[in-house]
Amino acid sequence: MHKYVIKRLIMLIPVVIGVSFLVFFIMSLAPGDTARTILGEDAPIEAIEALNEELGLNDPVLIRYGRYMVGLAHGDLGTSYKSGRSVFTEVMSRFPDTLKLAFWGMIFAVVLSIPIGIISATKQYSLIDSVSMVFALLGVATPNFWLGLMLIIGFSLHLRWFPSGGSEGWKALVLPVITLGTGCMANITRTTRSSMLEVIRQDYIRTAKAKGVGYRSVIYKHALKNALIPVVTVIGLQFGSLLGGAVLTEAVFSWPGVGTYLVNSIKAKDTPAVLGCVIIFSICFSIVNLCVDILYAYIDPRIKSKYK
Amino acid sequence: MAEHDSKYTLEIKDLEVQFKTVDGVVKAVNGIDLAIEKGKTLGLVGETGAGKTTTALSILRLVPDPPGKITGGTITLEGKDLFSYSEKEMETIRGSQVSMIFQDPMTSLNPVMTVGDQIAEVIQLHEKIDPKEALEKAKAMLEMVGIPGNRGTEYPHQFSGGMKQRVIIAMALVCNPHLLIADEPTTALDVTIQAQVLDLMQKLREKYGTSMLMITHDLGIVAEVCDNVSIMYAGRIVEHGTLEDIFNSTSHPYTEGLFGSLPNIENRNEQLKPIPGLMPDPTDLPPGCAFHPRCKYCKDICKSRVPAVTKLSDTHLVACLAYEEGTGVTLGGGDNE
Repeated sequence: MHKYVIKRLIMLIPVVIGVSFLVFFIMSLAPGDTARTILGEDAPIEAIEALNEELGLNDPVLIRYGRYMVGLAHGDLGTSYKSGRSVFTEVMSRFPDTLKLAFWGMIFAVVLSIPIGIISATKQYSLIDSVSMVFALLGVATPNFWLGLMLIIGFSLHLRWFPSGGSEGWKALVLPVITLGTGCMANITRTTRSSMLEVIRQDYIRTAKAKGVGYRSVIYKHALKNALIPVVTVIGLQFGSLLGGAVLTEAVFSWPGVGTYLVNSIKAKDTPAVLGCVIIFSICFSIVNLCVDILYAYIDPRIKSKYK
Repeated sequence: MAEHDSKYTLEIKDLEVQFKTVDGVVKAVNGIDLAIEKGKTLGLVGETGAGKTTTALSILRLVPDPPGKITGGTITLEGKDLFSYSEKEMETIRGSQVSMIFQDPMTSLNPVMTVGDQIAEVIQLHEKIDPKEALEKAKAMLEMVGIPGNRGTEYPHQFSGGMKQRVIIAMALVCNPHLLIADEPTTALDVTIQAQVLDLMQKLREKYGTSMLMITHDLGIVAEVCDNVSIMYAGRIVEHGTLEDIFNSTSHPYTEGLFGSLPNIENRNEQLKPIPGLMPDPTDLPPGCAFHPRCKYCKDICKSRVPAVTKLSDTHLVACLAYEEGTGVTLGGGDNE
């Protein structure tokens, strides 16, 4: 097991190299001049040239990438072009807010979706099943920035129950969490339902019933644990979309997290800042998925025996 | 009546089970009668799809509903009507009074629970006992089926097919049920393991005085373990008798066909005589005798008249028009139309 975890952590290195390579080249292909963006349209051409030279932006792209990677290898995420501060400090000062949003979004999604999925599966084709499946479909299909805007119109503008932005207090958390968690919830509900439907038709469920195990126990003791594997997988993958979704949600609710910072950095063509955000997101995503894989071992002994 | 009741562990009368599907109503079981005497073994023999498993699940009231429904008949266990019990009462009967061994041991154990826990679960459900004692008892039961007790902490995937079936047998017998239903318990096993598993079941069954319903399509198993035999075809019992009745004075053309399909051990070059055709579609059973399209003695009357049960002796029953008076149907010769 330890060996497996170490192997997986080493696998993070190629992931980071791949991600940084892609993002670096996409950023360098994007139109616009960094120094001009920073100094403004009216800045004299000499000043722009000087800044470009100072930031090393006149060098060929491979040299710049090489320089960045040398820094990265030393654990240095570089300095923001725009603010001149360390990218690591800037991202990390915002990261807890994003994580808070993602965490509560996930809690919201999981707490609602798993029970709904179980009920839908055990009462297949009932009214409650149909209703929750329609909502799940709507949840998957609704873009979250739109949902966020609708929630703001409904609950902030008209009802005035929750603030439309900011990050002060639990009230500010409610709308962004719903916005962020709904898509996730819909996906997990559907996965729970289909996985549960498959499991309750298995022979060992019949065996459990034949032993005299009561209905609730059959579902929650025998079926649920078996049904959880695909659910946990989806939760892990959804965490990635939660981080991605945070970019839009944070923009809608002017939430002061990494998402907002990332959007502003892209607008400013601030390559080190963008790279910093993306690298930290990808490491975070990889670690969550590693946790998911470790969790498998605790759910299913057959998987555990393969982790040697 | 009371005396009569005490003689049988299980009595099934006129049981009918149907499945409502989009393709029509599947008539899985069409009015069967079965009775198992205390401590005896009844073999229920028939092809795949004859309704054997459905009959067995009816006894546990576990026919998947929907789409399945028990539409008629009675099942009496130890003199008590099973259909009068509430679902909660049924839960106390399953696993303690009636147990079932399923066909495929590979899929019949919960993959995420240790086998010890799975056996201990039955004990805890039906006996007032603390978890530690239940686990100890589960270990002892594993030893009894020839598995070292300390392997109880392992998971099903760490066992072979034959060992899994032993675990299932242990699980089924641990609460001393009155009736054990074995649904093709050896079909999924290697031939070399089959005899071992059968021996084990016989030994334990005799030890506990358990009655057994042995569902199989293997006449060899029937000869080895059964006292009485019922031959099932298309949801009906076509012939019933003691082992001797069925093997020595085979009466129904279908039973005859089953024996004809067995290889002859004395003359290995002899061609097998399979029964022509297939089981009828249970949504569209043929009128008259359900076996008539495959019967080599079939006459016109067989296509319209449902055969009644004829008593050949005190123990031997058959449902074929050839044994009813004035039908003009005769067996032998084989003038297949």
